[in-house]
Amino acid sequence: MISIAHVFRREFTGYFITPVAYVFIVIFLALAAALTFYVGAFFERGRADLLSFFQWHPWLYLFFMPAISMRLWAEERKTGTIELFLTLPVSTAAAVVGKFLAAWTFAGLALALTFPIWLTVNYLGEPDNGVIAASYIGSSLLAGAYLAIGSCLSALTRNQVVAFVLTVTVCFLFNVLGAGVVQPLLGDAVPAALLQTIASFSLLSHFNNIVKGVIDLRDLIYYALAIGVWLAAAAIAVDLKKAD
Amino acid sequence: MLALVAAQGLTKHFGTHVAVDRVDLEVGAGEVLGFLGPNGAGKSTTMKMIAGFLTPTEGRAAICGHDVTDASIRARRNLGYLPEGAPLYGDMTAGAFLAFIAAMRGLSGRPARAAIGLAVERTGLAEVLAQPIDTLSKGFKRRVGLAQALLHDPPVLILDEPTDGLDPNQKHEMRALIREIRPSKAIVISTHILEEVDAVCTRAAVIAGGRLLADAAPTVLAAWSPLHNAVSLTLDLRFADAAIAAVGGLDRVKTVRRDPAGPDAVRLIAVSRDGEPILADVGLLIQAHGWEVRDLRTETGALDDIFRRMTQADAEPNAEAPGHD
Repeated sequence: MISIAHVFRREFTGYFITPVAYVFIVIFLALAAALTFYVGAFFERGRADLLSFFQWHPWLYLFFMPAISMRLWAEERKTGTIELFLTLPVSTAAAVVGKFLAAWTFAGLALALTFPIWLTVNYLGEPDNGVIAASYIGSSLLAGAYLAIGSCLSALTRNQVVAFVLTVTVCFLFNVLGAGVVQPLLGDAVPAALLQTIASFSLLSHFNNIVKGVIDLRDLIYYALAIGVWLAAAAIAVDLKKAD
Repeated sequence: MLALVAAQGLTKHFGTHVAVDRVDLEVGAGEVLGFLGPNGAGKSTTMKMIAGFLTPTEGRAAICGHDVTDASIRARRNLGYLPEGAPLYGDMTAGAFLAFIAAMRGLSGRPARAAIGLAVERTGLAEVLAQPIDTLSKGFKRRVGLAQALLHDPPVLILDEPTDGLDPNQKHEMRALIREIRPSKAIVISTHILEEVDAVCTRAAVIAGGRLLADAAPTVLAAWSPLHNAVSLTLDLRFADAAIAAVGGLDRVKTVRRDPAGPDAVRLIAVSRDGEPILADVGLLIQAHGWEVRDLRTETGALDDIFRRMTQADAEPNAEAPGHD
């Protein structure tokens, strides 16, 4: 659909009209590097891989992705431009997808700008670049899932701060579903099969699978579904709430 | 005449509140329908429904025969819409914004440049194209909103308060523009400035409490005024009592109202009994008695007068106004 491309272009160039995008990218890169080298002990580990870089992404994205997605719809609703936008000949689905793709591309750009760390590890040793490529793919899929969640929650409110907080919360919950925090809490109260089902919804566990270097079709399907379902929910939310 | 805009039984509920109640409208090419009503009467809600932004609770609306709910995209292609308050993407420049609208309207290359060029020329935006919309004055913002609506030369224009916040010169220009583009289009504008209806509208629809109270040509509406064809007469204080008695005695005069008009003059308003012209009768009296008259004129019946009567009689709608057929 051509209209997706036009929505995408307006939205994407919109990021760079103000200095916000540059500030965002710089802080993202600085924080990613700090976590990798100081907290992740990149050098001390003495291993030629980027695990100490990628392992932080689910937590780094927890704050950066909602910051990108919070304005997607909340701002349109606040300023009233949604009325102008959605009376143009564009379907709600195309509008949702175009905006999401713009946010995802921007996140991808920030991620791509971490390439010096890949150069570094290749200079210092001989890493498995296949694993690194898989990790980059996994990382961008994770970003996409966060942004899809953020799109939906941004459509539910006209306040960007509310959208941000909601998105951080929901993304956090989806992260920890598979992690140690939830499992002992539920403990024996629920059957093991249900526990496993809940864990399989975790964004984190699927990300960890991919970062190990194995791109399993099931993980890809999981992310495709997560993005698809949340964007569908976003389209419904936009239609329901646009005039409030 | 083909109705380019058609609404039947358009109704919108917000919870238990009925914002718009069974509104029927038809607007054909060459018509400018002025939507009148107090704030909160349901003007904007009706326009949002016709523009396809709000889904009606009941009833339907169509633009150029395309239902705004079922064939939404096709309906929107034929529509130029200026939402209330003219919301715009403030961080874009006016030029980039219009280019975006052109792209969304399926225009590219030379046709897009031609369309933008014409819209810019019509709305006088050339000097501000490179400026971010946020930095523009209110008048220019409104004009960017109008340029956006006109860009693809749509057969239907729905403009929600297009002159709100403009200075008198800008209002004049906006009205001239609406008159210029009128012949080929069906245009719906909302306003609460009644002189605007006289200036640009071929029809006026009065809405209050969500209900359509009247839909007629402005002159027809004005004729419903009790002051239609009333004669206003300003004369020296000395003649006041005699004049009231003589004029009030005329067969075709219902009542005579007396207003002060300065220290030594009064203004008498003779209301016609059946709306027929009474100026000639009053004129004969003036000649016969030799009153010193300072001003003499026929009232056509002010729109705002009829508007107030209709919209304030909200509790008992249509109490005095003729039905809207």
